[in-house]
Amino acid sequence: MADQIDHLIEDAPILRLDAVHTDIRQYHILNGVDLVVPRGQVTMLLGRNGVGKTTTLRSIMGHWRIHRGSITFNGADISTQPTADIARAGIGYVPEDMGIFSDLTVEENMQLAAFSGPMSATRLGWIFATFPPLKTLWHTEAGHLSGGQKQMLSVARAMIEERELYIIDEPTKGLAPAIVATMVRALQDLKDQGASILMVEQNFAVAAALGDTAHVMVDGAVKWSGPMRALAEDLDLQRSLMGFSLQTAARDQSATKSS
Amino acid sequence: MIQKILSYDTPRSIALSMLLLCIFAGLALAPFLFPGVRTVDTAARICIFIVLVASYDLLLGYGGIVSFAHTMFFGVGAYSVALTSLHLGRGFDALILGAAIGAVLATCLAAAIGLFSLRVRAIFFAMITLAVASALAVLVSQFSDLTGGEDGLTFKLPRELGPAFKFGQTLFDGTVFGVKLNGKLLTYYLVFGTSLVLFLITLRLVNAPFGRVLQAIRENEFRAEAIGYRVVHYKIAATCLSAAIASCAGALYAIWLRYVGPSTTLSLELMIDILLILVIGGMGTIYGAVIGATLFLLTENYLQAAMGRLTSGIGDIPVVSALLSPDRWLLWMGILFIVSVYCFPKGIVGHFRKDP
Repeated sequence: MADQIDHLIEDAPILRLDAVHTDIRQYHILNGVDLVVPRGQVTMLLGRNGVGKTTTLRSIMGHWRIHRGSITFNGADISTQPTADIARAGIGYVPEDMGIFSDLTVEENMQLAAFSGPMSATRLGWIFATFPPLKTLWHTEAGHLSGGQKQMLSVARAMIEERELYIIDEPTKGLAPAIVATMVRALQDLKDQGASILMVEQNFAVAAALGDTAHVMVDGAVKWSGPMRALAEDLDLQRSLMGFSLQTAARDQSATKSS
Repeated sequence: MIQKILSYDTPRSIALSMLLLCIFAGLALAPFLFPGVRTVDTAARICIFIVLVASYDLLLGYGGIVSFAHTMFFGVGAYSVALTSLHLGRGFDALILGAAIGAVLATCLAAAIGLFSLRVRAIFFAMITLAVASALAVLVSQFSDLTGGEDGLTFKLPRELGPAFKFGQTLFDGTVFGVKLNGKLLTYYLVFGTSLVLFLITLRLVNAPFGRVLQAIRENEFRAEAIGYRVVHYKIAATCLSAAIASCAGALYAIWLRYVGPSTTLSLELMIDILLILVIGGMGTIYGAVIGATLFLLTENYLQAAMGRLTSGIGDIPVVSALLSPDRWLLWMGILFIVSVYCFPKGIVGHFRKDP
């Protein structure tokens, strides 16, 4: 019996959104979002600008309060819980604006994120190996870091302690290609460790490389859900859902480079 | 050892360290270096204002919480000591009990204000604190039977803290370096020692993980919440701690003056002085309170006299002597502060301090 229950828990999604509606002031942004994040997988949340991806993540974290629907994390409804309790329930969140504390040093930023106790040396070693600049800038005020370094710190802060779910909002936004590669390696590492990740990503190539499952949002609701590979291979589907295809995106990129 | 006492938060600048060391030495040896009623009185006020402003820095500089009720907590401490001394008699027990009651009352009052108003936007919190502080100031002046109204209360300190109490007669013949060993000297060192301890406690608080969380909240409230810190709880805790320390400073002020009154402890002018001292010294540094309070109180107490000497020295030059007339000291003080804010936008400490 106990084995059966364990099996059921293991199979149950780590996060589930059912018909979530969110208003921001007078604007109705989320219009019934249904989303399932399976355990131990990377789930991509895709869509054009302004369809409500970031609002979905912020609604999960309790920054915007939903007014209808439910958000279930590990089987418990978290939609009315304070943000701090949602985070302490086991969610590491990397916001779109990085949200680093620029008056504090890199070390202090990391210490704050490790709220369970002192930082683990093993985990810190892994972070330093993944993001070497953080080691050299350990005692520097985070406000003095470059954009890429700030993004590294933002992701590292979520990774300093093992979390049951990582919610990452556009980790490669505005980064130089070399740093995008570092970021992808870091996220791949996290994925290989069996972490559950929900990620918003505008760089489709990165999404295709990392994602297991994809949800595409259109006008405040999830319009298409399925394996990431199926979306990556279907150019017409990409075009109809997101207004571009991976092929044309790659062509545009090479055209920009050659010009 | 010194690093540990300073909670590993050193001034991080040679010039600043020297300046702070000079102020420390000046205050520690004030009765011997600058004997005189007025100079020692200025030194004691500097000690008390350092604590008062440092406790406000914990709130504003670290937590980013704008409050206009800080003088109210200062006043609560001062009135508690005065009332216990008046009703329980002149004894150290009355002073200690008064300070403890003041600190507890201030904490409760801060918690109540915080619980009701820290969830609202910063500007509303500031307005609420202003309203509560003004209401308490009115209450104090109205309940004259208890508080002495606008006249305030004069009370007696324990005999050991009075000028008539002499000590060290056999050992030092009653004087050291020409300074009489009496109760007033003991009172000064009580004020100095307690202020030093309270200052170091404040420094410890802001350098503890608690202080880091406050800084994080100041910078990005949602982000601090999203990594697992209940912002409102931390804000209330900061308000309470800062109120308790301000109340202790108020208790010291009452002990030093042997008097409390609405204008010396509860006035809005005092609140503006605190803000000014913090801005000049440097917010979010704690050391800013030391530099700011010293500079402000020295200017307030000696600028007029210095200008008097200057005008008598330069003789009767038209316009210039009118401008430098001692009656215009407030004008020059204002100009000095505008220049200091213009030259040091991050405050004096913020300007000189190097990044860690």
